[in-house]
Amino acid sequence: MKFGRERPFAVLPFLVLPLVPLLDRNNSHIDFLTNAGAFILLALGLNIVVGFAGLLDLGYAAFFAIGSYSYAMLASQQFGIHIPFWVMLFVASVIAAIFGILLGAPTLRLRGDYLAIVTLGFGEIVPQTFLNLTQYTNGPNGISPLDSPSLFGHSFGFSATPYYEVMLALIALAVLLATNLQSSRLGRAWMAIREDELAARHMGINTTTAKLAAFALGASFSGLAGVAYAAKLSLVSPDQFQFNVSVLVLSMLVLGGMGNIWGVIVGSFTLSFINGFLLPQSTNLAHSMHLNLDFTNYRFMLYGVILVAMMLFRPEGLIPSKQRRAEFREAKLDPALAAEEQGEYTLGPGPGAGTGG
Amino acid sequence: MGLLEVENLDAQYGRIKALDGVSLSVDEGEIVTLVGANGAGKTTTLRAISGLLKAARGSVRFAGREISRLSPDRIVRLGVGHSPEGRRVFARMSVRDNLELGAYTRRSRSEIAADMEEVFVTFPRLRERAEQRAGTLSGGEQQMLAMGRALMSRPKLLMLDEPSLGLSPLLVETIFGVIRQINARGTTILLIEQNARQALSIADRGYVLEVGRVVFADKAAVLLASEAVRTAYLGG
Repeated sequence: MKFGRERPFAVLPFLVLPLVPLLDRNNSHIDFLTNAGAFILLALGLNIVVGFAGLLDLGYAAFFAIGSYSYAMLASQQFGIHIPFWVMLFVASVIAAIFGILLGAPTLRLRGDYLAIVTLGFGEIVPQTFLNLTQYTNGPNGISPLDSPSLFGHSFGFSATPYYEVMLALIALAVLLATNLQSSRLGRAWMAIREDELAARHMGINTTTAKLAAFALGASFSGLAGVAYAAKLSLVSPDQFQFNVSVLVLSMLVLGGMGNIWGVIVGSFTLSFINGFLLPQSTNLAHSMHLNLDFTNYRFMLYGVILVAMMLFRPEGLIPSKQRRAEFREAKLDPALAAEEQGEYTLGPGPGAGTGG
Repeated sequence: MGLLEVENLDAQYGRIKALDGVSLSVDEGEIVTLVGANGAGKTTTLRAISGLLKAARGSVRFAGREISRLSPDRIVRLGVGHSPEGRRVFARMSVRDNLELGAYTRRSRSEIAADMEEVFVTFPRLRERAEQRAGTLSGGEQQMLAMGRALMSRPKLLMLDEPSLGLSPLLVETIFGVIRQINARGTTILLIEQNARQALSIADRGYVLEVGRVVFADKAAVLLASEAVRTAYLGG
């Protein structure tokens, strides 16, 4: 485990952040931080698929849904099954990983735009399925209440604090896993596939297993996020997993810097902060000044502005990975090369698929 | 029996037949070259051998073992290295990382380090540029990297797809010199070239491919001297 050794400073936030509830007694702040934590987990998971392996997934919310519904069905009155929260963290990430493989398998031959469209389809199908399987999921009403987790006989109840601590622990675990994956053999295989899939196969990389591993591991993170999020809310319903969730998580990667774990965390937290704190607080402020303004209505416009600004001024993200930075620097130096690369990425089979000989 | 035995190989892209009953063999220690015009099926033959393209019919045996149904990664592990058409170095990775990826199928760190040292001895330019991004190398250097990378899998058979393409005559000399060196150290070589004269001049044997068929097969010296081959492929 290289985590603590190579970047000792990386341990620091996980020593300080657990103390936050002692300093800030405002439950709504802790609640906000916990929700932001769930999205950090999602972003770290999607980063494995998109950032590490370069597979554009527009339907990632599907796995969040699968994780959440796993908890709802296996830890509530719905079927009278009550698997403990801690066990469900493991079970749901395995279930999500299996679905990652099932949904990933048909896309193995697809790249770029085509892959994006198929994953977009999956992202729509999964919540729709939960919506329509009324006899199992209560359709649009969702499933509620869900079992409250407990630790050493103490139930979590309605305070956000225990969920906050759990979320921090899960993020620490996810960062540890992601860091080690990135520097592993599998991580190098992903990097090679992201660069040039055909060349990767020439190196003896089994691209099928490497891609499926990316889908499975990426999905397993959202299994964790789903369980923690559902348990905290004590509710799941299909409308929590709409397309905009997939877009939001992807935007977090773009903002923070795809492929860079710390960048992804910063990007994720920034958007959550705008979404869950800045906009509602500004609205409150406006109301207190007797202005009839609801800033939360402008959320998506603001995302749009941020993303366009990022694309114009810092396309590699706030904290880019080494390779991403190289990619965009190269594009500036040599537009012709960049255009060629672009074509290779989006038009399917590259020059290697030619019939020459 | 040869190290590589290809028999009656048919391959197609969609409905277009690319190989029509190609047979060839490469013995241990040889340099064999496959020459022919653009579109003759040279690259396709290599792709079929390394499993990147599934042959429609025919057999490929490597070291006595049928490999035509194996996946490309298994074939690399068995000892077939393939330096691809158009080099395809990982442009945004350093030279060193490219070489590391070439050794992807291997585990022993010490052996990998030793082989990387050997690649650096063979190609001193790569050592100078070890930490540089591969995309910033010149065409000749990229070709050296592609060959070095393929060598990192420690292949018994090294397949080179048009290593001279787009290089200056001087660099072509260098590259062909290195191919001979690699061969002298015990690696069997299957070389594809449009530059038929040069390829035949370093090869032991040669095959001439024409629209997916082998039309001539003989000792390289015989092909070089042959009237028919000279007029069709060597410019008289």
